[in-house]
Amino acid sequence: MEQSTREAYGETLVELGEENPDIVVLDADLSKSTMTRLFAEKFPGRFFDCGIAEQNMIGIAAGLAASGKTVFASTFAVFAPGRCFDQIRMSIAQPGLNVKIVTSHGGITVGEDGTSHHAIEDLALACSFPGFSVVVPADAAEVAQAVRAAAQTYGPFYIRLSRPKTPLVYAADYRFNLGKAATLREGKDVTVIGMGIMVAFALEAAQNLARDGIDCRVLSMSTLKPLDEDAIAKAARETGAIVTAEEHIRRGGLGSTVAQVVAEQQPVPMSFIAINDTYVRSGKPGELLQEQGLTAARIEDAARSLVLNKSR
Amino acid sequence: MSLSGQGAGEERANPGASADVTAEAVNFLRERPSLMILSLEEMAEMAKKLRRHVIKMTGKAGSGHPGGSLSAAEIITALYFKYLRHNPANPCWEDRDRFVLSKGHAAPLLYAALAESGYFDVGELATLRALGSCLQGHCDMTATLGVEMSSGSLGQGLSFGIGIALASRLDSRDYRVYILLGDGECDEGQVWEAAMASAHFKLDNLVAIIDHNKQQIDGWNREVMNIEPLAEKWKAFGWHTIEVDGHDLSQLITAFDEAKQVKGRPTAVIAHTIKGKGVSFMENNPEFHGRAPTAAEVERALEELK
Repeated sequence: MEQSTREAYGETLVELGEENPDIVVLDADLSKSTMTRLFAEKFPGRFFDCGIAEQNMIGIAAGLAASGKTVFASTFAVFAPGRCFDQIRMSIAQPGLNVKIVTSHGGITVGEDGTSHHAIEDLALACSFPGFSVVVPADAAEVAQAVRAAAQTYGPFYIRLSRPKTPLVYAADYRFNLGKAATLREGKDVTVIGMGIMVAFALEAAQNLARDGIDCRVLSMSTLKPLDEDAIAKAARETGAIVTAEEHIRRGGLGSTVAQVVAEQQPVPMSFIAINDTYVRSGKPGELLQEQGLTAARIEDAARSLVLNKSR
Repeated sequence: MSLSGQGAGEERANPGASADVTAEAVNFLRERPSLMILSLEEMAEMAKKLRRHVIKMTGKAGSGHPGGSLSAAEIITALYFKYLRHNPANPCWEDRDRFVLSKGHAAPLLYAALAESGYFDVGELATLRALGSCLQGHCDMTATLGVEMSSGSLGQGLSFGIGIALASRLDSRDYRVYILLGDGECDEGQVWEAAMASAHFKLDNLVAIIDHNKQQIDGWNREVMNIEPLAEKWKAFGWHTIEVDGHDLSQLITAFDEAKQVKGRPTAVIAHTIKGKGVSFMENNPEFHGRAPTAAEVERALEELK
């Protein structure tokens, strides 16, 4: 079953708006796409469309937050933090203000719009801000919980959502914990750490590996920062090999962040499923994922190789 | 100089104060925006005092931006010692007017005004830019009492001010927002994004003051990047625009009074100033945009600012 993460965002904002009169929402002329439109229709007095001016939107968000508001600011992932990096740095991150930047259209599953709309560096940029929390929910149910957690946790957040509907990957009783990885499948031979849409592929790969007798652990790392270092070290210690899978460039995202922890705490062989050092062109989301090797089959191959190398 | 507001500040800081006295103090502050009620002559003297601080601070630090601090001395004096509704004894007072220094390199001037207002000890000024000081090289709202925004990366203050002005309106409060920008800063595109938005949101509780000293680091504005016609630009963006001599305190105060009467749109005060004003060898000399005076220059400057 598939659900839209951005619709879940818009619906959660409406709920939060009803509960908390200090919630203010900003958008930069993309409210129909990011789904902040749902909040705007319900609470027109607390919604401000800033027009096609993301840098200004970030500053407005900061000023509102400095005056006691809990601010959600939305646009496409390619425009924030990328287009307004310095505005986020000085107006939000340095003072640690209570602004939640929630973007839709993360990664290359934006598809046909092409390079200008593919957000592939956003997580590296967002993670570089000291004090930021960075979350990439794996499905719509997690979005609702993560957005709620962001509203309830003082400080700056970056939350990345997707354009297409995505499969539900969590059990009905799943509870999002900021800064905690979720173990979706236990295993002792190898661990796949997935993020966002790659979690579903990781689960699929693990099922296939099981048929060959390879016992694959699957972690969903929906919080990239603060990072669940214990879960990573434990996976390295107990399974001896780690594959990371992300819809983001290789450097600065999930893979390199996990590798830092592994290198420091429990060195084991790793393999990285990510977008290589390149820009991606127009195509259907599925075609682009295939072209970049962001597939269950590639995760499966990578895990299999690591396990084989262990036994040599 | 009469420190007639000081008692009000003490009352607010004293948890044992009776409700009546607190209400009286609040009313006092509402009617008379500043704690210190200075005459025009006393304000002129204060502007000179702030200039002396700027020279001493940057001289001691060995770096900093004296030129753009000196040009804005009257603007800051008019705000902090006459116009702003603020209370140094309660820097987080919810109903305070907000002053945002968007041209964050003029931090020494703001620090001097904050110290003279009573936010912290004047002795702190000597620690500008030193390791561990609460007075950072550029404004840091997490380091200094009374600083409303972390600035120094130009072009961001007006956007931040819009957020404050919207919050004031959302909360049905009557505090106002004053943002000081540099003229060179107006090269930044974000300033014009914010200018458009301020008018769109009809923010009549927001005043942008442009310290139009005609110079930036690399030289004269007209040679580096021509920003003229500046007043016409703000007008075209939908602002009520007032041009004043930025070294004339009464003109500044009249402009702020006028801005208060304007409904439905923001006000831009284009303050024509001289970079390095008050020190002959710094006036209109772009070298002192970002260079501190030497010990000998400090001595000469202080002599001129007696």
